[in-house]
Amino acid sequence: MYKINTNEPFWWGLFMGGAGMIGMFLPVLILVFGLAIPGGAVPPASYDTVRLIHLLGQPASVGNLLVKVFLFGVFSLTFFHWAHRFRYLLFDLGLHGGRTAVEYLCYSAALAATIYTAVTLFVIA
Amino acid sequence: MTESTIKLAVTRYRPGQDREPTVQTYTVPYHDDWVVLDALQYVKDNIDGTLSFRWSCHMGVCGSCGMMVDGTPKLTCAAFLRESYPREVRVEPLANFPVVRDLIVDIDDFMHKLSEVKPYIIREDLDSLPLGLGHELRQTPAELEDFKQFGMCINCMLCYSACPVYAMEPKFLGPAAIALAHRYNMDSRDQGRNQRMPVIGSSEGIWECTFVGECSVVCPKHVDPAAAIQRTKLATTNDWFKSMLMPWGNR
Repeated sequence: MYKINTNEPFWWGLFMGGAGMIGMFLPVLILVFGLAIPGGAVPPASYDTVRLIHLLGQPASVGNLLVKVFLFGVFSLTFFHWAHRFRYLLFDLGLHGGRTAVEYLCYSAALAATIYTAVTLFVIA
Repeated sequence: MTESTIKLAVTRYRPGQDREPTVQTYTVPYHDDWVVLDALQYVKDNIDGTLSFRWSCHMGVCGSCGMMVDGTPKLTCAAFLRESYPREVRVEPLANFPVVRDLIVDIDDFMHKLSEVKPYIIREDLDSLPLGLGHELRQTPAELEDFKQFGMCINCMLCYSACPVYAMEPKFLGPAAIALAHRYNMDSRDQGRNQRMPVIGSSEGIWECTFVGECSVVCPKHVDPAAAIQRTKLATTNDWFKSMLMPWGNR
């Protein structure tokens, strides 16, 4: 094998994982939770937020855990996708000084959002 | 009968004479089958012999005559005057490169990067290979197809001129060098991948690219360097995670 002078593959891997999640799942999540439900396309009786949270909070069943792991994967990878994209956007916009600081800020923000997601999903809900 | 003409606005820079590049406008005959290179040669032969530019084959093979034509990097042997006529044609040296004189740019940086990625077939067993008639390293058409597109590069550097990342970060290895590295990495006869990857997988290599894609748009040979870079990113990421998760799997 060979050695490279950077851990960029790690961040790019998360970036691409996020791209997959966003491409596959975000449109349908936005369609259902952003448009269909607020727009009244789904009968109120069949859905409400309290019920969803209640479902997530049911005592551990394999189904619930899978839903939580799925949502955690979608959200955390999306955050890291944003971090990577935003980091290079700032560079493209001409922010040349402090590249390392920008990297720390972006990925730290994504990590913080990921931890928040984990706490919300696995501890509170 | 009056001959129709077209104006050519050419960037001039004569070291030792000009403090900075200036624009000089020439009026040349217009023919709808003339390319910009024809017009430049008309100027050199008939109007101003001091105008300097590179060219060689006049047929899109040598990659010498790349310049900015109306702001876009093009081979001047393939850029027709009729695309601009009756407006004037603006001809400038390739963007993102230091100018040596008039339309001639300094290509040392690219040549150095090109040699760094070792764009040739590397065999570890060269000494023991029975080379010669009947001992060729054979390839199937499918194996040829894997790299053929990336081997069409003529080193014209239009992609470097179009690349906004190279414009900001001159250390960036750049589209053509990575595309050619990919071409040899994908060649079934080659054994040099482990020598090239530390160069193209480095922080100055593929990772600088933000997939703008202008390199592939301007490429006169349809090499698609942007695709080469994306594929190399994927391969490098696979290798990286493999080596992290299975450090014992080193071959």
